[in-house]
Amino acid sequence: MIHSLPMRGLVPETGRTVTITFKLFALLERFLPEGASRNEIRLSVPDATTPGAIIAALDLPVALCALVILNGVFVPPEARDTQALVDGDVLAIWPPIAGG
Amino acid sequence: MSWQRKILRVDLTAGTCTPEDLNMDWAHEYLGSRGLGTKYFVEEVGAKVDPLSPANKLIFATGPLTGTMASTGGRYTVITKGPLTGAIACSNSGGYFGAELKMAGWDMVILEGRSPKPVYLHIENDTAELVDAAEIWGTSVWHTEEHLKKKHQDPLMRVSSCGRAAEQGCLYAAVVNDLHRAAGRSGVGTVMASKNLKAIAVRGTKGVATIRDPKAFMEATKAGKKVLADNAVTGQGLPAYGTQVLMNVINEIGALPTRNHRDIQFEGARDISAEAMAEKRPTDGKANLVTNQACFGCTIACGRISQLDKTHYTVVTKPQYWGASGGLEYEAAWALGAANGVDDLEALTYANFICNEDGFDPISFGATVGAVMELYQMGVLTKEQIGIEAPFGSARALTFLAEKVALGEGFGREVAMGSKRLCEKYGHPDLSMSVKGQEFPAYDSRGIQGMGLTYATSNRGACHLRSYTVASEVLGIPIKTDPLATEGKAGLVKAFQDATAAFDSAGICIFTSFAWTLADVAPQLQAACEGDWSLENLEKVGERIWNMERMFNNAAGFTSKDDSLPKRLLTEPAKTGPAKGLVNGLDKMLPEYYQLRGWTQDGVPTNETRVRLGL
Repeated sequence: MIHSLPMRGLVPETGRTVTITFKLFALLERFLPEGASRNEIRLSVPDATTPGAIIAALDLPVALCALVILNGVFVPPEARDTQALVDGDVLAIWPPIAGG
Repeated sequence: MSWQRKILRVDLTAGTCTPEDLNMDWAHEYLGSRGLGTKYFVEEVGAKVDPLSPANKLIFATGPLTGTMASTGGRYTVITKGPLTGAIACSNSGGYFGAELKMAGWDMVILEGRSPKPVYLHIENDTAELVDAAEIWGTSVWHTEEHLKKKHQDPLMRVSSCGRAAEQGCLYAAVVNDLHRAAGRSGVGTVMASKNLKAIAVRGTKGVATIRDPKAFMEATKAGKKVLADNAVTGQGLPAYGTQVLMNVINEIGALPTRNHRDIQFEGARDISAEAMAEKRPTDGKANLVTNQACFGCTIACGRISQLDKTHYTVVTKPQYWGASGGLEYEAAWALGAANGVDDLEALTYANFICNEDGFDPISFGATVGAVMELYQMGVLTKEQIGIEAPFGSARALTFLAEKVALGEGFGREVAMGSKRLCEKYGHPDLSMSVKGQEFPAYDSRGIQGMGLTYATSNRGACHLRSYTVASEVLGIPIKTDPLATEGKAGLVKAFQDATAAFDSAGICIFTSFAWTLADVAPQLQAACEGDWSLENLEKVGERIWNMERMFNNAAGFTSKDDSLPKRLLTEPAKTGPAKGLVNGLDKMLPEYYQLRGWTQDGVPTNETRVRLGL
């Protein structure tokens, strides 16, 4: 099932949308939108949406968004507002974590 | 001072216990625990010694901060020559045993020779004696601890022991204390059992009254604890989710070794993760995770306590496993799970209980099962040989083999030899995912390049705890580096190796390093101990310890040829994820690493390096 995520003017309204898989883990689990299961949800978002825009739309605490990972690759803070998501992307976010 | 300045030397052959003064010159050069214990070891034991002979020694060593109010100051290290690898083995454990030993007045226990009959060492402050252990030989770690506490009528006694796996010769048997904290790797428990030493039971009521400047120490440790509490990792993430929080992220970035490293992403990762442990089960409405737990003096509390589903096939007829006990940490969950393609969280938890109960390393065990499953899939091993069908993903094969290794029965005796010996025996040595005979932990070095160098150069065989570059390459601690790049990793690995040696030798937990640097440790040591414990000197001490371990291995016969990785990681590209198409670039990192270390092209410390480090 694909859920729509209102972007509240965070991205230009082109009328086009892309579908992504969005995941939140650990202390960020509680911010998952309704409809999520097993830490993930499929989202329909406007074209040109960025990871930063999704973080803002979901009111995620920016300080807790330590590991923003797009298709398995770390997105540095300076690229989070410029890297546009495309259809089929997998965006996953973790708070600061460690282990071993 | 902080050191108790006293060693207990136990001659198991003669049955004597003799106190000695600690060599303070060495303490100032090697700090304590891993470093100082290894210094004693390399001075007293020849590098060519047979690890399971009476001539090998076994050292239990605390650090200057062990037993103090420094956060995580409960660690101790077990040092010996490892039977799994033939290299230096030093395995570190938390819990409460280390602090109890220190508070009994001892920095270190050196065990030598071999007792003519099973014994345990009973220490009560200054008094130490060897006691007949016939009644606990042949029993588990869990039974041993319970029995000794009842026998001595002291529930506060702390016990460190080896289990039936060690007695049966499992080469990766652990020393387990406080039921589920372990000096887990390299077979230190095997050496303990080979000496007919079942346990060390200790009660210490003297405290650590040797802090050099108590007021300064209180201030320094308070500041250190605040750093840990304010840090999102050590203050929030680890207490809530434990190390298991890594399962999903390591899978997401494509570095989770799966099915004996054939794949680097596991479709069942989420089912065996920290998030899954916290969810209510449909069967009984309870979560696998009961609570977190802290070791002595720890203000992080990352430990997991779990309870099995009573209806699960593993325990439905075994109520003795229905209680809460040590749950899955990330490494165990990976080795018992993804390494074998098993996604049954309850089966993994049960196998982990068995590893704790009878004292064997879940990493080496799980990874060896991964090799068994690959050999089974290839038709090299059969159901008749193994005793059960063992395809990748079989939880029943995993738990069956855990029980067999614990008791040294059937095919379990072969699994207990580790993957290197098993794969060589069945004609496929390349399928052993190990370095220097010790199995990999939970990070695929095609997806995290620096870990390839970490594994290849680790002094105790493949190990993540010698230089955890995952912190930088994946988690951004202290700075984010590219996990797929080889550039800069030689320096990163060296820095992590040296710093880790210093952390370990202080008697504190390496997990503090997610928030602390050595600059946070230095003032605590400086307040606790006489001598120079500046940041600069600590870095040098760490480097000295690393080179000392290396020189022992060189003398034992290890060469640069042993600083390598299995063929699979060097020639079979990753199939999925960001590392798709990549192998590990060890050849790009190793020469630079030797150069930075001040070693020859053959991996031997140069005279200049040895002189610089006082070796």
